[in-house]
Amino acid sequence: MKHTISVLLQNKPGVLSRVTGLFSGRGFNIESLSVAPTLETDVSCLTLVTAGDNNIVEQITKQLHKLIDVIKVTDISEFEFVEREMALIRVKAEPSTRAEILRICDIFRGRVVDVSAKSYALEVTGTCDKVQAMIDILRPIGIQEIVRTGTIAMTRASKKY
Amino acid sequence: MKITGAQALLKCLEEQKVDTIFGFPGGAVIDLYDEILASDKLTHVLVRHEQAAVHAADAYARVTGDVGVALVTSGPGATNTVTGIASAYMDSIPIVVFTGQVPTGLIGNDAFQEVDIVGITRPCTKHNYLVKNVNDLVPTIREAFYIARSGRPGPVLIDLPKDVMASRIVFPEPQQVKMRTYRPTYEPHPGQIEKACRAILKARKPVIYAGGGVILSNANEELTQLARNADIPVTMTLMGLGGFPGTDPLSMGMLGMHGTYYANMAVANCDLLIAVGARFDDRVTGRVDAFAPHAKIIHIDIDPTSISKNVKVHIPIVADCKHALTAMNTWFARSEEFTAAAEKENHLAWLKQIAEWRAAHPLGYLEEPGVIKPQFVVQKLHELTKGDAIITTEVGQNQMWAAQFYHFNHPRAFMTSGGLGVMGYGFPAAIGAQMAAPDRIVIDIAGDGSIQMNIQEMATAMQYKLPVKIAILNNGYLGMVRQWQELFYDKKYSATPLDVAPDFVALARAYGAVGLRATKPSEVEPVIKEALATKNLVVMDFVIAREEGVYPMVPAGKATTEMLLV
Ligand SMILES: Cc1ncc(C[n+]2csc(CCOP(=O)(O)OP(=O)(O)O)c2C)c(N)n1
Ligand SMILES: [Mg+2]
Repeated sequence: MKHTISVLLQNKPGVLSRVTGLFSGRGFNIESLSVAPTLETDVSCLTLVTAGDNNIVEQITKQLHKLIDVIKVTDISEFEFVEREMALIRVKAEPSTRAEILRICDIFRGRVVDVSAKSYALEVTGTCDKVQAMIDILRPIGIQEIVRTGTIAMTRASKKY
Repeated sequence: MKITGAQALLKCLEEQKVDTIFGFPGGAVIDLYDEILASDKLTHVLVRHEQAAVHAADAYARVTGDVGVALVTSGPGATNTVTGIASAYMDSIPIVVFTGQVPTGLIGNDAFQEVDIVGITRPCTKHNYLVKNVNDLVPTIREAFYIARSGRPGPVLIDLPKDVMASRIVFPEPQQVKMRTYRPTYEPHPGQIEKACRAILKARKPVIYAGGGVILSNANEELTQLARNADIPVTMTLMGLGGFPGTDPLSMGMLGMHGTYYANMAVANCDLLIAVGARFDDRVTGRVDAFAPHAKIIHIDIDPTSISKNVKVHIPIVADCKHALTAMNTWFARSEEFTAAAEKENHLAWLKQIAEWRAAHPLGYLEEPGVIKPQFVVQKLHELTKGDAIITTEVGQNQMWAAQFYHFNHPRAFMTSGGLGVMGYGFPAAIGAQMAAPDRIVIDIAGDGSIQMNIQEMATAMQYKLPVKIAILNNGYLGMVRQWQELFYDKKYSATPLDVAPDFVALARAYGAVGLRATKPSEVEPVIKEALATKNLVVMDFVIAREEGVYPMVPAGKATTEMLLV
């Protein structure tokens, strides 16, 4: 099962490699990962999506917590949460497909961020599933390039832990 | 007044009550060595290979119960420490390793003798640091010692660029280390203690399985009290030996791959397993699903990651072993449901069953006339040192025979590279142990293969007049690997005969040490007696039965009840 884990860590050199080294060294998998500073300048928030049975995820959270630079580990999937991912997608745009592309973009509440004679670059934000759905629908039209961020996530305020 | 980074480091060592360090110099740490020469508070032991400095610091830590310290130069000096650090990490031994580094301005430039030792040791240290600014130096060192010795202890490495050692600072006032991100749990949850105690009251076939955590947390007395009070048999891991008196009637000796028949049978049939400071290592459990299959499991460990990692635990207690055992003893003392007499009664049939297993397959070996059996040598060492020596071991059969036949009655008397299994650990460890305990008898029980991995340390022992005794169980083989080849690879002895070996007696003499040899059983006792009476480094070369095996043995991946017996 997929788990979204949020890790608050001290913003020091090498911290990220402590986290990724832990995953590779112990054979845990990382499906996606994103890191950015938080309100506190010396604290970063790392969101990672991993898969595994409950035992593995329990080990992952414990091992993460054991790292000296880690402040807090939350398996967000245990709570109600919102998650977002963003993708930039460049699609081949012929006169015959332009309208269709824009309509799809609209349905997914995407935006056109770059236009050329032969292509559109679209931006879409949403859950991993939504982003994937848009990619799947655009694929037959001709996707030239995709760049996706990792998932970021936050627990819902009403169910604050 | 401003002092240099090097001077500040020495002041920090003093603050941490470090009076002995093990090291080897080089260009990157030359400023430090300059200060060491001037210091009258610090004894520096010059080893002959950096790996030995770390093993010596490791054993120093084990004997004293405090942090061991090693100091080496950058590049090759640093990489040579990796095996020692990894071993200390696996065995949870508190050490701090200082490595020199090229000047900050050159870091990342592939400078002469530059290596990213922080990157290399990240997965085998509890934590590590590169100090880029001299203002961070003292707080970092204080934090490093705190991390090394607290919680589940372990090695911490500090990488010191040369210019940082030469820069000047005002030495900051001593301060308590407080960390936002690191707060080990020492106190057990009272609810879990009660659950554990009630499980003990209910059990009819309990076993205590004690590991290195008992020794690290100095919980041997509390453990002994619990076991004797509630009449519970005890088995120990390799790292746990000495945590409970080995000659106590309740001791079943070691469990696992080369554990006793009765310890393994007891674990396989118990209804309650009380794991204390042990981590269910594969050498202990064998096939996991057949390990204590009928038992409710209590697990006391300070490291939450150890709990339910390999084996599902029913009553987890995250705490320091000493605190948890004290809480259990107190609970029993206050409980009206507990009486020692009732427990004795409850476990009578169980202890009788264990006694039967013990009688059926005691720990033993077959004697052969005219041939020295290694087990006999270890028994004689035990007898002639009255069980009071500090024993270190190399790795292989020698290590297992030492563990099986030197019945440790006290903690901090047995030093072995348990988790990593480093050949070459024992002799440098003996040097570290002898530095820590100058008046004790220190013996490295060695193999003829392993001893050659750090034999250069004879010079160190001679230089510091350390009367360490090396007992080589010389079988002319990489014996443990040969045993596996004998049992599982049709006796094809690939690369295990040591056809060319030095004359260890002559080699000892070359270093100015004493060399003694025994080739028949009758010579064993006189050789040991002479060694013990000699105030010098002594190498005892015991020419033993070449193809003797270590038994019992649980083949890798098998259930611990599927033992090959003598
Ligand atoms: C550094 C290192 N290399 C290889 C091994 C694998 N190994 C384990 S036991 C052993 C044989 C050790 O031979 P010896 O020291 O003569 O001990 P014996 O088993 O004969 O008592 C070997 C090669 C090891 N544990 N450590
Ligand atoms: Mg050998």
